[in-house]
Amino acid sequence: MNARRAPWLLTMLLVMVSLPILILYTWLFVDSVSVSAPGSIWPKAFTLKNWRFLFETIEGHASIWRVTFNTLVFALCTVTVVIGTSVTAGYALSRLKFPFRAQFLGGVLILHAFPSISLIVAIFLMLRLLGLYDTLAGVILVKASLEIPFGIWVMKGFYDSVPWEIEMAGIQDGASRFQVWRRLILPQVQPAIAALAIFSFIAAWSEFILPLVLAPSSETQLLSVYLAGLLTDDYLSDYGLLKAVGLFYILPVMVFYLFTQDKLMNIYSGATKG
Amino acid sequence: MEIRLEQVSKDFDSVRVIEDLELLVHDGEMIALLGPSGCGKTTTLFMICGIHTVTAGRVLFGDRDVTHVPPQERNVGVVFQSYALYPHLAVAENIAFPLRIRKEAKEDVEHKVRKIAATLHIDSLLTRRPGQLSGGQQQRVALARALVRDPAVLLLDEPLANLDTGLRLEMRSELRRIQQATGSTAILVTHDQAEAMSMCDRIALMNEGQIEQIATPSEIYVRPRNKFVASFIGSPPIAFCSGAVSENMFKGPGFKFELPERLQAAAIKPDSAVTLGIRPEALQPGLDIPVSGMIAFVEPQGRETLYGLQLPDGNMLRSVQAGGSRFKLGEHVRWGLDRESLLFFDPDGSGI
Repeated sequence: MNARRAPWLLTMLLVMVSLPILILYTWLFVDSVSVSAPGSIWPKAFTLKNWRFLFETIEGHASIWRVTFNTLVFALCTVTVVIGTSVTAGYALSRLKFPFRAQFLGGVLILHAFPSISLIVAIFLMLRLLGLYDTLAGVILVKASLEIPFGIWVMKGFYDSVPWEIEMAGIQDGASRFQVWRRLILPQVQPAIAALAIFSFIAAWSEFILPLVLAPSSETQLLSVYLAGLLTDDYLSDYGLLKAVGLFYILPVMVFYLFTQDKLMNIYSGATKG
Repeated sequence: MEIRLEQVSKDFDSVRVIEDLELLVHDGEMIALLGPSGCGKTTTLFMICGIHTVTAGRVLFGDRDVTHVPPQERNVGVVFQSYALYPHLAVAENIAFPLRIRKEAKEDVEHKVRKIAATLHIDSLLTRRPGQLSGGQQQRVALARALVRDPAVLLLDEPLANLDTGLRLEMRSELRRIQQATGSTAILVTHDQAEAMSMCDRIALMNEGQIEQIATPSEIYVRPRNKFVASFIGSPPIAFCSGAVSENMFKGPGFKFELPERLQAAAIKPDSAVTLGIRPEALQPGLDIPVSGMIAFVEPQGRETLYGLQLPDGNMLRSVQAGGSRFKLGEHVRWGLDRESLLFFDPDGSGI
């Protein structure tokens, strides 16, 4: 009896807790395709006018497609840099002996604990010095380097759980250290790579402060900055439009998340099948 | 191929774990490195396959000096204690891996994998993943992967330690069969004397980084070189009691007897202290050198019974006799020693 009722109770509880979020999302969707009187919650009529930003450029703002493209490039490049660095650095920290290894690990952890906002002035100055200010490459570098410490630690943890006998067996079988890593070890940590890629993609997609400060102009603008621009535009108090853009912004992440959430769970469980 | 270790030493952070080790393994021979944990047997194995570098000395495969050859180029097949199969590859690909690394032709690889799989009776498992196999099957796959490349030497690091008892007995004879069928030279690391005795041509008994004795299983049992070897080999273990020798007579606690002929020739110094080693089967009722004592424990083990015989001076001897409890706890008995199977050790522990 209890065993039957328990999942029901649990489901009810979960629904209750997540209800506000669900309502918010529903409201967001409904509002983006309807007209409502000021101050009223209930929609009066259906409209697609709020989605006009897809076909025309809002005055004083960049083109949505340009911005979307920028955001995609930004997210994908960040993922590439984060994965490339974490996958190799994590292996080195897990398996190779080199001087100051422990200090390096500690340093990486401290870096991860640093709130990025506290570095923003220094980063701004550095990018200016390097001539990377207001370029996508600049923000990608900054975002990736802030994500890398986390990535390195996750990857190191996964590498640590791969038994070293597998590596020794590979060496005995005649493979070079690189072949062992590429053909025997990487496949074992593949779930971690997938999870880390999704994680950093989402993190990059939703990044706001860095692009706002470091790449504000319309050629390099990202979706989050574009949305904030609309929000603070004094000549534009069209909340329907804002909601439509907001929905447009979160939609890819939600779809992406829906399909990959099982892989994302891996990052917290650290599972290798064997 | 013949494997030879010459004056090999190994340091770990300035601690010497292996000192001047000499070992010769003949072509096609299976030898056991046997010893208590921490004696350096696995270190020795890893020096042969190249995982550990050698601090001093030489490692030779046949005439080839491989001391400074990286493990990849030594062509050594290793079966690790945990098998170390590649979990993401099917059994066939696990076995084929060493050949693929060498970039052998596809047909050759397929042919060799099939052949070795047949020898090991795992043909039906080739498409499975290691995770879907039982311990014994994983063991066979690991063995197939080690053998498929025709290794110069096959190294087995405690290969049976992770199997349950029944399977262990089966794999013991199976490993031996495969080693003989492939004619490979093999080195088995184990701490289980029954494994070493039953599978190998010779046993190298190691202790504290040195080889105490290398001999055939029967020789190492009958003629142990010193007290350590005598006490390590044999189960139930040997019992020792001290005494003195004069004029070809041994005087022990409560008994004395004339030394066997081979010791009379050894000319032991008169009145020197000698330790007597008595294996459990050398103490039986009705033998010619009488020993009296009290039965201190009785352990029935089915086919046979183990008795503990306490001598008047407190020394404890063990005796294994055919099953059934003919004697009772606390009973005073007069049993005898078998002169020919007694072992004698001088004061520093070496066998006489």
